[in-house]
Amino acid sequence: MSGLLRICTAGSVDDGKSTLIGRMLHDSQSVYEDQVHSVRTASTNRAAGPIDFSLFTDGLKAEREQGITIDVAYRYFATARRKFILADTPGHEQYTRNMATGASTADVAILLVDARQGVRVQSRRHARIARLLGISDFVLAINKMDLVNFDRDVFDGIREEFEGILGGARCHAIPLSALHGDNVIAPSDRTPWFEGPSLLEYLETVNVSRDLTSLPFRFPVQLVLRPTDQFRGYAGQVASGAIRVGDPVVTWPSGRAARVSRIVAYDGDLDMAFAPMSVTLTLDDEIDISRGDVLARGQRPGDRGQTVEYPPIVGHHFEAEVVWMDERPLDPARVYLLKHATRTVTAEVSHGLLLNQIGTSAVSTARPLVFDRYEANRTTGSFILIDPSTHFTAGAGMIVSAARQGAASGLQAPVSAAERLALAARHAPSDADAIETVRKALEEILT
Amino acid sequence: MSIATLPSEPNIDVTPRLDHLRALEAESIHILREVVAEFERPVMLYSIGKDSSVMLRLAQKAFYPGPIPFPLLHVDTTYKFREMIRFRDEMAEAVGARLIVHTNDEAISEGTQPFMVGTQRCCGLLKTKALLDALQAGDFDAAIGGARRDEERSRAKERVFSVRDSSGQWDPKRQRPELWNLLNARLRPGESIRVFPLSNWTEIDVWQYIHVERIPIVPLYYARERDVIVRGNSLIVQEQPFVVTMPGEKPRVVKCRMRSLGCSPCTGAIRSDADTVPKIIQELISTRHSERQLRIIDHDQDGSMELKKREGYF
Repeated sequence: MSGLLRICTAGSVDDGKSTLIGRMLHDSQSVYEDQVHSVRTASTNRAAGPIDFSLFTDGLKAEREQGITIDVAYRYFATARRKFILADTPGHEQYTRNMATGASTADVAILLVDARQGVRVQSRRHARIARLLGISDFVLAINKMDLVNFDRDVFDGIREEFEGILGGARCHAIPLSALHGDNVIAPSDRTPWFEGPSLLEYLETVNVSRDLTSLPFRFPVQLVLRPTDQFRGYAGQVASGAIRVGDPVVTWPSGRAARVSRIVAYDGDLDMAFAPMSVTLTLDDEIDISRGDVLARGQRPGDRGQTVEYPPIVGHHFEAEVVWMDERPLDPARVYLLKHATRTVTAEVSHGLLLNQIGTSAVSTARPLVFDRYEANRTTGSFILIDPSTHFTAGAGMIVSAARQGAASGLQAPVSAAERLALAARHAPSDADAIETVRKALEEILT
Repeated sequence: MSIATLPSEPNIDVTPRLDHLRALEAESIHILREVVAEFERPVMLYSIGKDSSVMLRLAQKAFYPGPIPFPLLHVDTTYKFREMIRFRDEMAEAVGARLIVHTNDEAISEGTQPFMVGTQRCCGLLKTKALLDALQAGDFDAAIGGARRDEERSRAKERVFSVRDSSGQWDPKRQRPELWNLLNARLRPGESIRVFPLSNWTEIDVWQYIHVERIPIVPLYYARERDVIVRGNSLIVQEQPFVVTMPGEKPRVVKCRMRSLGCSPCTGAIRSDADTVPKIIQELISTRHSERQLRIIDHDQDGSMELKKREGYF
């Protein structure tokens, strides 16, 4: 169990999301007394009962005036068992992009539904976005149970309907009243038929299977540090996996190989670096590496005993799920800026999208990217699209697959040599075959 | 200190993991490096407080073995505690960074001070305007600040890369979505960016980090006996001539410390016996008052921090 859990919350307008979070912060004693006091004072301006818990989270004046949540708010609380970072995301359709933002870094999503309303269009939409952004642990918080007399049949009906929507993800349903605190911190005696843990207890104990260090090593180079002529280091954050001094690495997209000679850190050199550490690597060979390149583990021929690690995919073309977040629609006739890991390139897409739409598109970049499928790696599988005229972050993309050669993607461009090599290596049935295939392909290119 | 790993169930789980603090550290270093990679003229706002001390250490780590590749900017209202100024000059020298000190001299020469013009106007002139002028004078395109999202409600909605328009103002309704750790550094002419590497840190995280890293902090944070004016719940340290006792008040010796550092007339001390970092952490865990409570400027009207931020304050 990790010491830090990142959560996002989603729900429709008026499902009581802010109230639930305010209640969790308040009841877990993360809210200080003077904040309670200022909220009590502000509550008298609105008709929401003695303490309006949503005022702890609705931070902007416009939100407090309108009684709605506009923007993602980040909350921090801790219990004796765990620390939590919670992204509270708004439920209005026009702010759906914030849902994607909150979900992009979350381990667990809390989906809130109103027991009286059941599963609505918005709930389905939020579930889909959270699922798309890689969340596989959900809490279905069925709120306002007090307004349906804590009726078990209502709870079961909603739970069953939702499990169908989430297909495959782990879903833990809890009957709640955020306003009165039932099953938020402690189990409620008004739901004797419910045997599961309270919301907080679940969050404290859920085992999230997102183990970055067991994935293949990926190190997007952020900066080349050259403080003196004698030192040349590659600064970056380990996106996944682990690396030790002496390990062979390959720089992508060039494909040049070297070994790690030092793992440099302010507190002294390290023997090993693993995700998500920020470190500086030096290599035993002066190869040309710059920002945007990705270091992956190299494989030496004949290393039978070593764990096989897949190389990243190198290419100009891939299929991606894109969430569009700008008023101005995604336009296949325009060129966008695409930021992926530490590289920014120009890119075009095959299909247009409107604000808040999600769709699959073939993406074609001017320079090659070094990537993985999003399903395999959140960091090297994700990108943002930036509008070149407003510079707004207009789209978020998750790579589904490298576009297959000759696939009917609607975009046609020559496949690069490096891309062919990487694909050949990936599709080989064994290591030995991969080496042989790449050797032959290289010979063909060079002769 | 070595990198701490948390083998939560030692016999079953052998995968290395970063503890909470080291994960935050790695994230902040990533942010600082993105700033240096993406911007031409970044600057780090150095306010001398504990958060600035942590930022300074993170900057040392991010670019090690090289030097910190940007200057430090202190916006000096001239009303900061004397101990803060001494500490500032020592730290800048110790880390070998270039220090820029900027003051709104015009406002000072007109006698601007909180009791004369009110706290809102005083902050507006000596902090917000001075900051915007300093950023313009240095032609800085990115200003790194130590604000944290857990400090105040409007800050909870702040982005890590927060765009400001050509007059340095914040529009909370036009914020760019920020997904994963992909930071959009593109700006239109005239726009600038505020960067908050400590966004996800809490007050306790900052103190724990200061403790494990042995980071030097201004001694005002440690409790000792000080001469203060007791005014309601506030303990005011009398440093400026215009801070005078009211009828019936007289300075008293109280064992106290600063929970947050600002200008001496507007920052109250708290009664405390915490004279070491572990005792401060202990005090925080048991305390029931939030950190900025004694910062008068947050409370001068409802949503006041949001208003100050919109105008260009950090």
